[in-house]
Amino acid sequence: MTQVRVLVGTRKGGFILEADGRRRDWRITGPLFAGWEIYHMKGSPAAPERIYASQSSGWFGQIVQRSDDGGKTWQAVGNQFLYEGEPGTHAGLDGKQYPWVFRRVWHLEPHPSDPETVYAGVEDAALFCSRDGGQNWEEVAGLRTHSSGAYWHPGAGGLCLHTILLDETNPARLWVAISAAGVFGTTDGGRSWQPLNRGLQSSYLPNPEAEIGHCVHRIARHPARPQVLYMQKHWDVMRSDDGGARWQEVSGNLPSDFGFALAVHAHEPETVYVVPIKSDSEHFPPDGRLRVYRSRTGGHEWEALTRGLPQEHCYVNVLRGALAVDALEPCGLYMGTTGGQVYASADAGETWQPIVRDLPAVLSVEVQTLP
Amino acid sequence: MMRVVLPAHLRALAGLEGEVVLDGPAPATLHELLLTLESRFPVLRGTLRHLPDGPRRPFIRFFACGEDLSDLPLDSPLPAAVVQGLEPFYVVAAIAGG
Repeated sequence: MTQVRVLVGTRKGGFILEADGRRRDWRITGPLFAGWEIYHMKGSPAAPERIYASQSSGWFGQIVQRSDDGGKTWQAVGNQFLYEGEPGTHAGLDGKQYPWVFRRVWHLEPHPSDPETVYAGVEDAALFCSRDGGQNWEEVAGLRTHSSGAYWHPGAGGLCLHTILLDETNPARLWVAISAAGVFGTTDGGRSWQPLNRGLQSSYLPNPEAEIGHCVHRIARHPARPQVLYMQKHWDVMRSDDGGARWQEVSGNLPSDFGFALAVHAHEPETVYVVPIKSDSEHFPPDGRLRVYRSRTGGHEWEALTRGLPQEHCYVNVLRGALAVDALEPCGLYMGTTGGQVYASADAGETWQPIVRDLPAVLSVEVQTLP
Repeated sequence: MMRVVLPAHLRALAGLEGEVVLDGPAPATLHELLLTLESRFPVLRGTLRHLPDGPRRPFIRFFACGEDLSDLPLDSPLPAAVVQGLEPFYVVAAIAGG
C-alpha cells in the first residue's frame, strides 16, 4: 500500500513522520541526532530507502548522515568540503571582502536516477557533488569561481546555497539559488554557470535591477514544465517561462509578497503555493493568521487556504525549506513552522491538520511517496 | 593507556559511553592525541578541529591536570600524568549560545 514518509529537520534533531496513503494516522520517530541542527533531510528518488541528512552544530561542525533502510539506522559519511584551489573572497555586508569559509550544508539533493550521486549546497555558497553516496565530496567549482563571485554577499541567514533543482530529463542541467546572489544555471553539468536574474528588482540594492545580489529565498518547478520556474524572493513572488532567463512578478493579490517557502502542486504545473510573511523585520504571518496561498493560474491570482490553520494569535514563521508536496492523488502538502508544528493537508490545501505540534523549530520538510 | 573525556554530543556521535580509553602506545603530543582519536573514531574527524588538518574549532577547548591546554602548539608534549593514564584529557564544548 502506498506510504508517505515526511522528513523533518529541526533546530534540535530530525524527525520522520510516516502514514499510509490515507494520511490520517501518523507514526512519529525521533529525535534523530538529538541536540544537533538538522538543516535538511532528503530521500533518493532512485533508491527511496536511502536518505541523507545534514547534521550541523556551531560547536562541532558538519556531519553528513546516510541511511540505507529508510531512516532506521544511520552512518556518518564524508564531511570534508574543501573549496577547490585558493578560495578567494566574497563581499560582506559591510562592503569589505572576506575569505570563503565552509560553515554548513543547507541542502542535499540526491540525483533522480543515480543513487550514488548527490549534490550539496553549502554556506559559504558553493555546490558540491558526491558520486559515491556521500563518502567523498568535490566542489562543482565553476559556480563559485564565476566572475561575479566576489560580489556575492550574505543574506541575514548567511551566504548560503539553499536550493538545488535538477532536470530529470537532462542531467547536465541544474539551477541553484543563493542568498544573496541570486539564481544561477548550468547546461553543461556545472562547468559554466549563468546568472539568471533578469527581471528581478530588489530595492535594497544600489542598482535594484543588478545582475547579482538578489536575496532569492526559494525556487521550485514542476517536472512536466521544465522551463517554468517559480520564485519566492525576499520581497516578490516571481515566475519565469524560459528557464530563468527572464522573470516577471506574479505576486498579484497576496497580502504580503515577502516570504520564504514555495511549492508546486505534484500534478498541476500551474498550481503553486506560498506562505506570506508580514515583512523582513516581522517574520510572522500578516494579522497573526497562518495562511497558505494557492494560485491555480501560475501566479497573479491567489486564494487563502485557512481551514485547520490558526487564524488568530499565530506568530510563527515558515522557513524556505519547510513546505513540500507528496505525489498522491489528491496532492498532499506538508508545512513546518518555527513553532514546531507540522501541518498536513491531504486535499491539496483545502483543509489542514497538525501531525505534530511541539517539535523544535522546523528548518526543513521533505516528503517521500513510497509504493 | 590514556583516558579522554568527550562532550556528550560527541560521545553520542561516536556511540560511546563514559571515558574513552586509548590502549597501546600513548600519544606524546596534542597533535598525536587528536590523530589517534580521529583514527579510532573516524566520525570525530572535523568535529574537534577544522578539516583536513586544521586548527581547533573555536568552541572546543582542551583541559588536563587543571590546566587549559587549548592554545598550546599542537606539537606540545602532553602532561606526564595524562600520558600515564593518571589524569584524563578533557575535550570541553564551550558554554555558549542557548
